[in-house]
Formats: sequence, C-alpha cells, structure tokens
Amino acid sequence: MFGAGGGTSAYVEAENADLIVLWGSNARETHPIFFHHVLQGISGGTRLFSVDPRHTSTAQWADSWLGLDVGTDIALANAIGREIIHAGLVNRSFVERSTTGFDDYAETVEPYTLERAEEITGVPASSIRELAHAYARADRAQICWTLGITEHHNAADYVFALINLALLTGHVGRYGSGLVPLRGQNNVQGGGDMGAIPAKLPGGYDVSDDEARARFEAVYRGKPIPSEKGMHLSEMFEAMERGELNALYCIGENPAESEANVVHARQLLEGLDHLVVQDIFRTATAELADVVLPASADWCEYEGTVTNSERRVQRVRKALDPPGQARPDTHIICDIANRLGHDWGSPTAEQVWDELRSVSLNWHHGMSYARLDALGGIQWPCPTEDHPGTPLMHARLWETEPEKRGNAAPFTPVEHVPPVDELTDDYPIRLTTVRLLDAYNSGVQTGGYASPLRRRESLRMDASDATRLGIADGERVRVTSRRGSVEAPVALDPSLRPGLASFTPHFTEEVDVNALTNDAWDPKSGTSEFKATAVRIERLGSLPAAGG
Amino acid sequence: MDLHLSSASPTEGEREAIDAAFAMLAPTVPERDGDVATRSVHAGHAARSRRHLLLPMLHAVHDAVGWLSEGALNHVARTLQVPPAEVYGVATFYAMFSVEPRAPRVVHVCDDVACGPFGGEEIIAELEPGLDGSTDACWVRSPCLGLCERAPAVLHQRAGEPDLSQAPATPSSVLQAAQAPADPTGEQASAADHAFADTTVSAPQTRTGEHLRLLRRVGVVDPGSLDDYRAAGGYAALRRAVDLGPTRVIAELKDASLTGRGGAAFPTGVKWETVAATPERPHHLICNADESEPGTFKDRVLMEGDPFGLIEAMTIAGYVTGATTGHLYIRGEYPLATRRLQDAIAAARARGYLGDDVMGEGFAFDIDLRRGAGAYICGEETALLESIEGYRGEPRNKPPFPATAGLFGKPTAINNVETLYDVLEVLNIGGQAFASVGGGKSTGSKLFCVSGAVGTPGVYEVDFGTTLRELLDLAGGTRGELRTVLLGGAAGGFVMPSDLDTPLTLEGAREIGATLGSGVVLVFDTAADLTGTLRRIAAFFRDESCGQCVPCRVGTVRQEEALARLERDAPIGSRETELALLDDLARVMRDSSICGLGQTAPSAVMSAIDLGLIAAPSRNAGGPDSNGHAHPEVNGHSGNGHGGGR
Repeated sequence: MFGAGGGTSAYVEAENADLIVLWGSNARETHPIFFHHVLQGISGGTRLFSVDPRHTSTAQWADSWLGLDVGTDIALANAIGREIIHAGLVNRSFVERSTTGFDDYAETVEPYTLERAEEITGVPASSIRELAHAYARADRAQICWTLGITEHHNAADYVFALINLALLTGHVGRYGSGLVPLRGQNNVQGGGDMGAIPAKLPGGYDVSDDEARARFEAVYRGKPIPSEKGMHLSEMFEAMERGELNALYCIGENPAESEANVVHARQLLEGLDHLVVQDIFRTATAELADVVLPASADWCEYEGTVTNSERRVQRVRKALDPPGQARPDTHIICDIANRLGHDWGSPTAEQVWDELRSVSLNWHHGMSYARLDALGGIQWPCPTEDHPGTPLMHARLWETEPEKRGNAAPFTPVEHVPPVDELTDDYPIRLTTVRLLDAYNSGVQTGGYASPLRRRESLRMDASDATRLGIADGERVRVTSRRGSVEAPVALDPSLRPGLASFTPHFTEEVDVNALTNDAWDPKSGTSEFKATAVRIERLGSLPAAGG
Repeated sequence: MDLHLSSASPTEGEREAIDAAFAMLAPTVPERDGDVATRSVHAGHAARSRRHLLLPMLHAVHDAVGWLSEGALNHVARTLQVPPAEVYGVATFYAMFSVEPRAPRVVHVCDDVACGPFGGEEIIAELEPGLDGSTDACWVRSPCLGLCERAPAVLHQRAGEPDLSQAPATPSSVLQAAQAPADPTGEQASAADHAFADTTVSAPQTRTGEHLRLLRRVGVVDPGSLDDYRAAGGYAALRRAVDLGPTRVIAELKDASLTGRGGAAFPTGVKWETVAATPERPHHLICNADESEPGTFKDRVLMEGDPFGLIEAMTIAGYVTGATTGHLYIRGEYPLATRRLQDAIAAARARGYLGDDVMGEGFAFDIDLRRGAGAYICGEETALLESIEGYRGEPRNKPPFPATAGLFGKPTAINNVETLYDVLEVLNIGGQAFASVGGGKSTGSKLFCVSGAVGTPGVYEVDFGTTLRELLDLAGGTRGELRTVLLGGAAGGFVMPSDLDTPLTLEGAREIGATLGSGVVLVFDTAADLTGTLRRIAAFFRDESCGQCVPCRVGTVRQEEALARLERDAPIGSRETELALLDDLARVMRDSSICGLGQTAPSAVMSAIDLGLIAAPSRNAGGPDSNGHAHPEVNGHSGNGHGGGR
C-alpha cells in the first residue's frame, strides 16, 4: 500500500471498526482467525458489508450483501467513488493535504453512475448507494479483500480502485480505518518481505534502489545484484514457452496443479532441461522433476519466523524431527550454495535472521529473536531495538506538518475492463474458483488429512441452471472452457445464482480445475485470472453418476 | 450468521403460518426496495435482532398445526436467524409445545392439588378409555390451570381453532368437547367463554355489591366495552396520574406503602422511582401475568372481569417509569383472559388510550401481549425476561436487578397484575387513604384465592389484617373438619387450625413461619390425602425446575423420591435418615438455588414434616426424631414394620 506491500491495520482494529467491507473475500471460511476479530466487532455493533458474486457464509453475516457479476468490481468501486463525490461526502481536508490526483480520479469515475454500475455489475443501484454512504459516513471503516480482487487479469487495478475509496474518505492511517489485504497462508506476507517478489529485495527495497543494492551486495559478497526486476511465475512460463528458460528450482510450489491453464503449464514443465523440486510432499510437480529434495515442514520441524497479514513477525519453534532424509529449506539451500563453490557455511536460523536485520534497516532491524520472544511478535516497520513496532501504518498521512507527513498518497484512476474470457453462447456460464474452510490451494498441505466437512469435489451450480440443462443434483457433467475440459459431479448450491458456477482448486486429483482456467495474467502483479472462466456445462448422457 | 440446518423443510401450512406471523410481528420486512435475492440481501444486525419473536413464532405455527416439526423449526430458525439447536432448546422448554406429532386437540386435565382430588382424577379415568385410539384428540395431565375455584378444570388446546377452558368439568362434558366437530370460527370457544359470564362464581363477593376496591368492576362492567369501563370510573386514575406527573405519582405510591403482590413485597414506589431515574434508555415495563402458582387464580379473575383496568394501570406505569412499551406476559393456559385482553388492547388503541399520543397527553405507550407456553418458572421475573427475549426461561443471577438491567439489559419495571390494580386504587383515593387500611408493609386490601374444602371457593378481597378464620367464614366455612390450610401455594406452607386467628398480613404470616405468597388459601379437611398432595407438590417442582442449577435440578428429584419412599413406607435406612435427607436437601436448595423456585421447592414439604402432617408408620411413634423434628403423627396408614434397615 502506497509503496509498502502490507496491510495497513492490526487485526484487532477490526473489533473496533464501525464498518467493515469484505470485498471479494469469504473470510468466514478462508480467514477464520481474522474473522474471529470481525465477529467480535459485529457483536459490538460493527456493520458488515459483503461484496461477492456468491452469497457466501460471510455474506450471511453481513448487514448488506452486494452480489456483483464476476469481474465488475472496478465498476462498482468507481460508482461508489462517484456517489461519494456527488453526495458531498469526500473528506476534503484529507484529500487536499495528503493525496494527489483527485481531479483525474473524479473525472475518471464520473461516467460510473449508479445506474450504469447496476447495468454492469447487476447490483441494485440502491444497494450501491447505501454502501457508498455508509462507508463515507462511518467514523472508522476498513476495506478487506482477498483473491476475489487479486485473481484477475488486471488485479492491481482492482486494488487501486479500492485504495482510491480509502483516500477519498480518509479511511486509512487511523485506528480502525484501513486497507487490509488478507493473506492466504501464515507466511505469504513473510515470503514477499524476504524478497520472493521479482522487483524487491528483502525488506521491501526496490531492486532499482542503488543505495539498497550496494548495501546488500556488501553483505552478500556474491555477484552484483541486477537492477532489473526478475521474472514472476507467469513470466517464467512464458519464458519456458519461448525456450529462454530451461531449468527451474521450485521450492514449496506446485505449479503442475496450481497454474491456470494447467495442461499447458504441465507441458512446459515437462519440456524443461532440468527441474528441481524441494517440497514436504511428493507433489504433482515433483512427479515431473529430475531431482526431488525432501524438505522438512518448517512450521514444526525447524525454526525461524513467519509474518502474517498484519505484518507481525512471529517466532516458529521446532517440535519434531523431520522424517527420513527431509531437511530444513535453509540447510538445503546453503548446501547447494556450498557445493556451487560459495562458502555459505551452515548458519542457524537466528544467524540468517540477523543477516536480514543487518540489511532490512527499516522494517526488521529492531527485531532481535529476544525481542520477538518477549513481545510475542512485532509488526514492521521496526527500525531500531527500542522501536515498539508499527501496528498502524500511514498515520503520517494525518500529520499537520508537511515534513512529517511525507509523500502524498496518489489516486490511481482505473477503468472497468471485463474479464478476458468472454461469455458467449458457446461458453455461457461464468466459472469461478472458491476456497473451503478446511483446505489450502492445491491441497498439498491439506489433502492428506481427513475432515468432517470434506465432500467430494463437485461443480457447484445454481438449481435453476441445472433444471434448465436437465441436470440432476449429483449427476456427472462435462465442463468445457476454451482451454480444456473436465468431468465432475454437480452439487446444487444456493449461494450461487443463475449463470454462475464454481470449483475449488483443492482436489485436483478429483477434478483438474486448472485445465479450465485462464492464464491471462496481470502485468503489474503477475497473477492469473483464476476467478473468471467462461465454460459450458453438458450432460454426459444417461450414465449413472459415479463417485468423484 | 452461520446456520447449519438439516434438510427437513416445512409443510405449506407451517410455512404460511410462520411467514404470516413474521410479517405481522417484524415491523420491518427484511427485504428492501430493490433487493433481488440473487443480487442483494439485507440481513446482518437487523435480521439477528429479532430473537424476541421466537416464542410468538413458535406459538403461531403450533396454534396452526398442533406440533412443531423439524421442518417448521428449521423455517423459524432461518426466518429469525437463530441457530436451530437454540430454537429446539426453546421449543422443548415449554410444556404446551410438542416436537413430536400429536393429535390436533390436546386435553390438559388438571390433576394438581386443588383439582386432582376434586374430580380431576375421575376425568382422567374417563378420558383414558374414551380417547384411546383417537387420532383427533389426546389428553395429558397438567399442573394447576388456575381455575381452582371451579375445580375440576380442563384446558382444550386446539390446533387451527381457538383454545378453550372447561370448569367445572365433568368427564362427559370433557369427552364431548374433545370429540366435538371442528370449530374454526370459534363458536365452541365462545360458548365456553360464556360459561364464565357469571362472575359471582369466581368472585362471590361481587354478588352482594359490598365495598370492593380491586374487584369493584368485576361483574359490574362489560369486559368488552371501553365505554362501560369509563362509565365505571375508568381512566380517572390515568388522568390523575398525568395531572400529578411522574414524581408525585411515585410519592403517592410511597405514601401508600404499596408493596408488590407477586410474593416478594418490594415497595412499588421505590421500584418505579429506580427505573424512572436510571438514565439508560429505553425503559421497559412488564406486567407479570404468568400466574402459575398452584392454587392461584386471582389475576385471571381480574383480567377476565376487568381487562381495561390492567391496561390503564400499565399505561400509568409506563407514563411514570418512562417506558413506551409494556409487555404483558400472560400464561398460555388462560385462553379467555387472553382474548379479553386482546380485544381490550385493540379497543384502547382504536380510541387513543394506547399509541403514540395517549389521551392526547403527549406521551407514547403501547402494550405487547405475550403468551407463555406452560412454564411455571417464567413467573420468576428474570426467567420471564429470558422468555420474552426468546431464550429458555432460565432465571438470571441477581444482581443486577431488572430495575437497572432487565429486558434487553435495559431498566425494567416488572409488576404483578394485582399490584397494578392497586395502583389504580392508590391514585383514586390517594396514598394516605390507601395506607390507612392495614399497616406496616401490608397496606390496602389483598386478594386471596380460597379453594379446596370450603363452602364457596373463589377470589376474596379483604383488608390486610383480616384473620384467616374471618376469611374462611367469608368463604362459607370449612366443608368437613378442618385439617390444615396451605397458605401461599406450593411455594408456601401449611397453617394448622390453632393458628386461624393469625392476621393475614406479611408480618402476621411471618410470625407463624408462613407466607402469604400469591394469596393461596387451599383448605384441607380431615379426609384429604395430604401425603398425596405433598407428592403432587414435589412432582410439580421436579417437573417445573428449569434444570439450570444443580441444587434445584437434583434436589427436586431427590425430594420427590424420598417422599415417595416415605409414602410407600420403604425408606432407605430408617424413616429418620429419610427425614434427615429431606432436611438436608431443603437447606441446600434454599441456600444455593439461583432463583425462588429452588429456594421454595422444599417449603411446603418441610412445613408438613415440621407440623407432623406427613403419613408415618405407626411403629415409629413416640419421641422426636434425631434431627429434632416434631414427631410426625400417625394418620391412619399402618406401618408394615419393615421400614428400616434395608
């Protein structure tokens, strides 16, 4: 957010917000810990708005649910912005003092009238207006989002559309107000913070930052760090396709199942000269690998830190010895470096961490293991050992003195662009991917465990669609997109509506959902458009349905 | 809200009944303009804030179809956004609800202390074969139906047709009513109501026209006519209250030393003052008309005979305490009183005596009539609060007291029906004049529910200070030889003939270790089966314990078991160990139960034991037992000599 890749608020602030918008997020199931804070807020009177194509279990807690069409979020957000402007609810002093680009923004959203937004999104104008007014009038309001926002071909624009609303109303940088992207796992935030983002060095420094690069080079003492950003995952697959990328070292990622348009992705992986997979399970990607390096499950078999969605760095401690030949990731990596002729030694987790602290001067410098232990985790930025950490970010935007206020936050006007995968007569149904309470992505970490909630993977669809197509509940059908085709049983789901169907990505061994999804990706974030696929659904004939 | 419902769905009839009740009860319909179910749904706080409609909704569907199916409970759960387990928990809390399929007509036969020995058992003996195999009607035993002066009493609970009471009932009349053709228009109910038209049966004093205060309009006015009520002095008290203003009304109540007639005898003026002075809003008013103490029927007679009086009194209470809504919680077994109050509320509303601007005086007040569903415990004031809020009627810990944190956590004045009628009298004659009758905490007049072995059972109004003997004389004297009097109901105690000259005041009763309670005066002659009565009382408390706290839940069961063993003359150990056990149980229940039910559940039993009323084997005669109890006298049962040493 405004240059720092992390949520602006602490979880606990949700308990004290007056209004929470969960946008493209079924946090009730996908972020149950965060949702506990939301529930705490609700019991104290917090109003909840849910913006989601599906009437999810989150939406059932909401005071108002806005069931928009998949891929129309920007139109909705722009209409909300326009309504706020026209109703005179803009936080003038904040906009003037702490932001730039308001005029351009106002011009961009001007065509997005409530009526036009209703036409594009399907949400009644009155509900859009209600959300606009409630959000702008609230004393403390948060917008929280997850993959419903970020798994689109223009995902970054979606995020900008939401940031614009926060800037318009001043709902950022104050306790209880904020922008909260919810991370999918315990350490997605930490992975990015440690440099697993092509354009970033650990600690959030841009690779083009000469001064930062020099500092890192001095510590790393290896080859010069390139000032150009590297490739992200989607670009890597394109490079494979062009024959420019021939070897892949894949750590804790299962692209042979999790990539969009996965059949194509698998072909590319198979065409590599050399594939190394380092993982805790023998994943589908590992099946394709030349070398498999068994890794320990670092959350219980080794130690280190994780960073959650509220930027809180927490210690992880070892409880078990890893099985068989499995070893901690850092040990494997250091050994490879050593074999390649670089003396990385065999540092402890704390030594690795302290090295990071020596270069991540702003975010992590003050976070010694001792302090992390004593404080039960610290939220970055934490530049010095006497710094308490930063639960709330961007409070500076509210400073009255320009020097303390620092750089203004820019509006980023964005336009609605429909999903790449168009709905046509041949592909009339919008398929979206959704997640369940008891499973993670491709199921590597969760598929091996029993769960009382577990159902066989099914195509969830609306009852009236099924009736129209002559499909019975539980019947097996063929689902076809422009890229591929899968078979699956049907489960009627009242959270969906006519024209909308869903799969989970969790049970690829049952249904290879990413054979359908679109690998069109966002140039700014590299994320593929998992959320919007055009499909058709066909009966398999009168064969009796078999278990999935 | 995450509701996990089973797949059971309601029948068309159940759905209609629930939806219609919801549309009527929920002032704001959940859907808004422009809501399209697949595009926008408004729920959240608004949808989750209607839990208090749970009991009325259950009534609606139960009234329509006669039982609560899983599908119906699911639909209620979905409509009110209440977890189905909690809906089930509430549905199964009340005796009048069935979650099993049941005949649409249910005959509740009172077999309690006042009716059982006076014809109730004969009715049951007749119904058992009479309704055997019938799919249209069934019968159940019921605790006191509050019709003791007309014993034996029967309540016909009917699905799809109005409920009705029969009293006095005969086996043949009950069977006939149970097998009568369907009555969707309520003709049979009207006919049954008409049987209660002669008020001199229930309130014999109204025949003579002597000076009555609380009962003065009963039998004098047409209970369906607001004009009649006004012609008989109605709404003069409210006018006077408005002239005085809330502060001076409270001063009058304090001058009158009016104390609550529900049993606790708390000063009404102090209670109203506390509520009125608490800054938190809104304030609530509740009239506790859940009259369920066995042997009690005075409130019923007042509400049936003078319904507008209660409405006026509640309006005064609302005006004084600053409450804009009065919840009138009436027990579910009172179909006639409920109908009379419904009509009276509607009439008062139509004429501007209830509503946004009462009598043009610029204050708002309306009455929400709530029906209980067969739960004695809901007469306990905090259980009543839970019941109105849509929870199981399990009492709360006190403090906080309802006057500061009551209904929905807000300041709440809860008053008994009789107390509210007293308020009218205070305003009519003034506090000083009211206080000139009786003395101490016992000022004004008091209603007593005289039943059992007396010449003319009924509600009697006497000045505080009248002796028990005078009261019995007023009621035509004892039939047969007087054995004892149960004073104060099942939660009260026994009074022996030697104490008949005790003045009937709070203080006088306390002096002989008794309590006036709810004004029950149940008279037993020497032919009465007192042991059976005690077992019925013990069974009553065991059945009515809400089960929330251990001393009461376990204690009432063990008390009944011990009494049963004593009655069978099969004690574990000796008779003395059983009496010691009862004494022990009584102390634990009294000291550690959450509410008055558990605290008073052993009262009558212990009083009977102390007074030597309980049947005892003859071989134990001679000398007090080891616990220092007066030795029980022998009353004809001969011991079999095998009682001890099991």
